Amino acid sequence: MSLATAADGAAPQQNWLDKIGAGHVILAVALLLYPLVASDFFLTQIAGYSMIFGVLSLSLMLLAGYGGMLSLAQITVAGIAAYAVAILGSNNSSVLGFGWPWWIVVPFAVAAAAVSSALIGWISVRTEGIYTLMITLAIATATFYFAQQNYAIFNGHSGYAGIHAPVFWGINWRDPKPFYYLCLGLAMLSYAAVLYGSRSTFGMTLQAIRDNPRRMRALGYHVTAHKVFAWFLAGILAGLAGVLLVWFNGRVSPGTIGVDVAIDILIIAVIGGLRHPIGPFVGAIVVILMQTFAIDIVGAERFNTLIGLAFLVIVFVSPDGILGLWGRIKPHLAQESLRAGP
Amino acid sequence: MTENLTANRLQSSGAYALELDGVARHFGALVALSGIDMRIAAGERRAVLGSNGAGKTTLFNAVTGDFLPTAGRIRFFGEDITDLPPHERIRRGLRRTYQISQLFKGLSVLDSIFLACRGVSRRRFSLLRPAAADVNMVQARSILEAVHLEAHRDALVATLSHGQQRQLEIALALAGAPRFILFDEPAAGLSPTERRDLVAILNALPKHIGFIIIEHDLDVALRVADYVSMMHNGHLFKEGTPQEIEADPEVQQIYLGGKHG
Repeated sequence: MSLATAADGAAPQQNWLDKIGAGHVILAVALLLYPLVASDFFLTQIAGYSMIFGVLSLSLMLLAGYGGMLSLAQITVAGIAAYAVAILGSNNSSVLGFGWPWWIVVPFAVAAAAVSSALIGWISVRTEGIYTLMITLAIATATFYFAQQNYAIFNGHSGYAGIHAPVFWGINWRDPKPFYYLCLGLAMLSYAAVLYGSRSTFGMTLQAIRDNPRRMRALGYHVTAHKVFAWFLAGILAGLAGVLLVWFNGRVSPGTIGVDVAIDILIIAVIGGLRHPIGPFVGAIVVILMQTFAIDIVGAERFNTLIGLAFLVIVFVSPDGILGLWGRIKPHLAQESLRAGP
Repeated sequence: MTENLTANRLQSSGAYALELDGVARHFGALVALSGIDMRIAAGERRAVLGSNGAGKTTLFNAVTGDFLPTAGRIRFFGEDITDLPPHERIRRGLRRTYQISQLFKGLSVLDSIFLACRGVSRRRFSLLRPAAADVNMVQARSILEAVHLEAHRDALVATLSHGQQRQLEIALALAGAPRFILFDEPAAGLSPTERRDLVAILNALPKHIGFIIIEHDLDVALRVADYVSMMHNGHLFKEGTPQEIEADPEVQQIYLGGKHG
C-alpha cells in the first residue's frame, strides 16, 4: 500500500526502471542467473518447490491480506487442479485418464480450481475471522477424506501416479533447469499480477471491503459478489500452483491435500507476512529450507519441533512476519546511514 | 418556499423523492419506529430532530436497507424499494453518511472517493488500475475540492483528524450522482469553524439533491433545512418550518428545554 504512489499517473512518461523498481530488477536478474551456480537439488527441491508453495501462499495472501479472509482450503483448490491434470491427462493408475494434451488439460484444471475456489468462497463468506478459518478447515478435511475413500474418481488412498510434465519445443519441462524457469515464470507473473492488481479498482475494492463492508454496501457494492470474485482469482493462482505441484511430484494422492499441508501454507504466509505479495515467497523459502535441513540438525523425530519454535519466535517478535521485521529494521538502518554521512 | 413544498406534498407520488408509509421497526419488544408516515419532495431539505433514542438513525437504516423495516413500505422516486438490498438502493441514487464515521482506514482519501464514485459505475470489477483521466477519478477529484480536502488527497484515511474524517464521510455520499442523501449527525464532534464550513458545503449542494439531516445542533439543522420533522419515542409528532418548530412550546419543552439542546 505504500507502493501506491506510482498509480496516480501524475507522470505518465515515467522511466520504466522507476516504475518497476530497482529492487525488482536486481531480484529478477539474480533469479534468472541462479541456475548457473545452483545444483539440481537446489534448483528444483528448494527453489522450484519454494516458488510453487510461494504462489500457493500468495493465493492465501490475496484473500487474507487484501480481503481479510483467512483460508485453510488453498491446498484443496490446488489439489483439485492436480487431480484434474491426472484425470484429464495421462497417468499409470488405470482408473481414469482421458489422455488429453497438456494445453487442453491445464486450462481445464485451472478453471476447475478457480470455480471450486469461488464455490468455497461463496460458502465461507457468510462467516468472518476465525469462523472462516474453521469452515475452510472443514472443507479441506472433508475433501481429504472424500478423496481417500472415493475410488471411482480419486482412486482412493493411492491416488494417481505416473503423471508427466509436458515435453514440447524439444524440452522436457520436468528437467531441473526448465522446471526451475517454469516455476520462476509462474512466480514472477503471479507476483506482478497481484502487485499490479492491488492498486486496480478491484484490488482497492477488496481492501475497502476488508476495512468496512457495511460502508461498501452503502456505496453500491455487492460485497458478497466481490468477495467471491476474490476467491475465484485466488483459485486461479492456487490452480496454477497445483498444476506445477503435480508435474513436480509426478503423482497426486490424498496426502498431497492433507490438513498438515494446509497448515504449512498458512504458516508460510504468516511467517513471510501478509502485507505485501513478496511475503509468501520469503516465507516459502524459509519454511522449505527448514523442512529440508531441520532433519540434519535435530534428527527426523524432532524436526517439526524446530520449525514450530522458529514459527513461534517469528510471530512473537514480529506479528507481521519477516516483512514486518524488515519494516522495523529499515528505519534504523536509514538512521545509521544518516549518522555515518557528512 | 414553504407554500411550494406544501403544494408539492399534495401531488402524485412521482414528485416525491421519498415516501414512507407506516414504516415500523421492532427489536424484540422494543419499538424503535412505529408507523412513520413521511413525504419528502424531490429537492427538499428536511431536518429530523429528536432526543437520543427517538429512532432517527433507525429511520435511516430502514430507508437504506441496513435493517429491513418490520412493517410499512418505502418508495424512492415512486419506486417501491422496501425489499431491495442496500447496494441496489444506492445504485438508484440514495446515499447516506454515518453518525460514527465508517471509512476505509487503509486507503488514501482520493482512492476512497474514487471507490465511492465507482460503486455506481459498471466497472466495479475492473482488474485494471484507474488512469488519471478515468471519469470516476475526475469526479473524485472534483468532490475532493467540494469538501475542501485537496491538501490531503494522498493521505491515508487513518491519519486524518476527526473533522477531516467527517468531511470525507460527506464526500463519499456526494459521489456518483446522488439524488437524495441521508446525513446522520454530520456535525458531531466538529469545532464551530468546522460547523460553519459544513453548513456552507451543505448549502452549496446542487439544488436538485434533496436530503434529510439528523442534527442535534439546531444552528446547523435550521440553517440548512426547508422543513423540520420532530421525532420522539419512535413517533413523528410534529412537522413545520424551522421558524414554527423553534417557536413551538411543546417542542421547546421536549427538545430545546431538555438536556440535548
